[in-house]
Amino acid sequence: MNYYLSDEQKMVQDLARKIAQEKMIPVAAKYDITEEYPWDIIKIIADAGLFGLFIPEAYGGMGVGVLNLCLATEELSRACGGIAVCYAASALGTFPIVLFGNDEQNKKYLPDLAAGKKVAAFGITEPEAGSDASAIKTTARKEGNHYVLNGIKHFITNGGDAETYVVIAMTDKNRGARGASAFIVEKGTPGFTFGKKEEKLGIRASSTSELIFTDCKIPKENLLAKEGMGFIVTMKTFDMSRPGVAAQALGIAQGSLDVAVKYSRERVQFGKSISSFQGIQWMLADMATQVEASRALVYACAREIDNGEKDVAKDSAMAKMYASDVAMKVTTDAVQILGGYGYMKDYPAEKFMRDAKITQIYEGTNQIQRNIIALQLIKEAAKK
Amino acid sequence: MNIIICIKQVPETTEVRINPETNTLIREGVKSIINPFDMYAIEEGVRLKEKLGGKVTVVTMGPPQAENALREAISLGADEAILVCDRAFAGSDTWATSYILSEVIRKIKDFDLIICGKQASDGDTAQVGPGISMHLDIPQVTYVKKIEDIKDKSMRVERMMEEGFEIIELPLPALLTVVKEINEPRLPSLKGMMRAKSAKINLWTQKELDLDPNNVGLNGSPTQVVKIFTPAQRTGGQMLSGEPHEIVEKLVALIKDEVN
Repeated sequence: MNYYLSDEQKMVQDLARKIAQEKMIPVAAKYDITEEYPWDIIKIIADAGLFGLFIPEAYGGMGVGVLNLCLATEELSRACGGIAVCYAASALGTFPIVLFGNDEQNKKYLPDLAAGKKVAAFGITEPEAGSDASAIKTTARKEGNHYVLNGIKHFITNGGDAETYVVIAMTDKNRGARGASAFIVEKGTPGFTFGKKEEKLGIRASSTSELIFTDCKIPKENLLAKEGMGFIVTMKTFDMSRPGVAAQALGIAQGSLDVAVKYSRERVQFGKSISSFQGIQWMLADMATQVEASRALVYACAREIDNGEKDVAKDSAMAKMYASDVAMKVTTDAVQILGGYGYMKDYPAEKFMRDAKITQIYEGTNQIQRNIIALQLIKEAAKK
Repeated sequence: MNIIICIKQVPETTEVRINPETNTLIREGVKSIINPFDMYAIEEGVRLKEKLGGKVTVVTMGPPQAENALREAISLGADEAILVCDRAFAGSDTWATSYILSEVIRKIKDFDLIICGKQASDGDTAQVGPGISMHLDIPQVTYVKKIEDIKDKSMRVERMMEEGFEIIELPLPALLTVVKEINEPRLPSLKGMMRAKSAKINLWTQKELDLDPNNVGLNGSPTQVVKIFTPAQRTGGQMLSGEPHEIVEKLVALIKDEVN
């Protein structure tokens, strides 16, 4: 389908596709097995200039917005959802600074993140605070010119490999959700260590680790926005980053569809290629239609953000929820089309299926996305 | 260090189709790319520039659409581009092409090093690079796999041989042709692609170059293409089955038939 992308957007898409096809596909299975952080590919993505897409030009980026970020994420995910999330999670860790950083913070952190010299991460989830983000226990106590952080974050993508972290901690427990604040914490700060690195079902090229803060002292200049704005920073960040997760899911779905179509034309049973069977054709037709519908939703949402639409929470949640549900369905069907071979690691179908699952879970489970959508629907109806 | 890279736009396929009536390549429907060996030349030139400063000028002779190859070279780090394009140059063989390119380079004047790919994937002659150096009367080393050292007035390179390699020192300016072992070409960067889109491509025609018409194009080409053809596709062959002695008998009978 023609989405009438600009020349610039086509350029981003072509470049990311080239990286995905030429550099990522050959190593995707390797990183899936070793669970090593794919630094060689990260460097290629960095040299290509893709880390800076949504970062303002004044701070070393390209300033070309969220749709471009989505196009890049989609293409990279077509090759490997694991490597692609290392890239996308750095965007997640960078968005709070882009959205809420003051000039000094922007100057200090954004150029290296735009150049991909450093990778970022975002830390909100805790062992007992997942969907209920307001239950976080990590604290930040002000002491003179510093804040002192204590607590544990877990399931943090890029944890341990990122240099720049944005961490949400409670500055005033008595104020509940309004008592949370956002801080920039650099790797290597005394009192900031990494705990368990998770072993995962999918996206295994990416790292997922615990962040441990033990009397970790950071300068007060590292506070993002103002005290008490931690959840606003989080919500606005997720509004920007959810189309990215949606694009990741979209890419995974497209990648598995590509594999299924190719395989169905090659595989011969009963003397014919299985693509000549209506049962397979109908599956492929449904898969392709769902992928295209999710693409339309993702691009439309990203375009809204780039055009300065204020309240994108609902649309962004719709894109994330729909694209990830489609990814799960399409990748499962792709495994089915490949039959026994689909279940084996010799073919990439099973990896797409494993990589797809997380997109229904992270950056807000799809149940939470439905809450957001419904709440907004009801609010809109009440206003009429 | 001012470096000139000579590149060629070629069809992206190893199965070149030929029009049997005109004996020319069928270009319709075939995507054009930079000759793969020239990608290594571009990469090596850009690496030298990044290390030593200076600029990289990329030159190609071809039809107007060869401009795309030059833009791609800019996206990969080249600074300037010259498209040598004129109907008068059409039909040039390797002799005329290397003459025209050497005159272009003479006109650029200020250069330390010329780098070419070892050969083009369509013609496979490997003659234009050495030809340029002979026309310019500068030293050449072909099949370079490594630049060991480079100074203001000289360089030391490794030249790939069938067994092992030669180490050659030569004065600058000089011409190298490079093999794919020399580096791993980078992908373009987004900034490079954007620069390439708006970059100025200098067009040099016969008017700018004012070359002797007898030395360019078909007139200036001593090569005569007597015949050009696509080799017949190999057919499937024939499987012989049975016990070894039966197979031998069948095979001998077949060979005898073939001979008769």
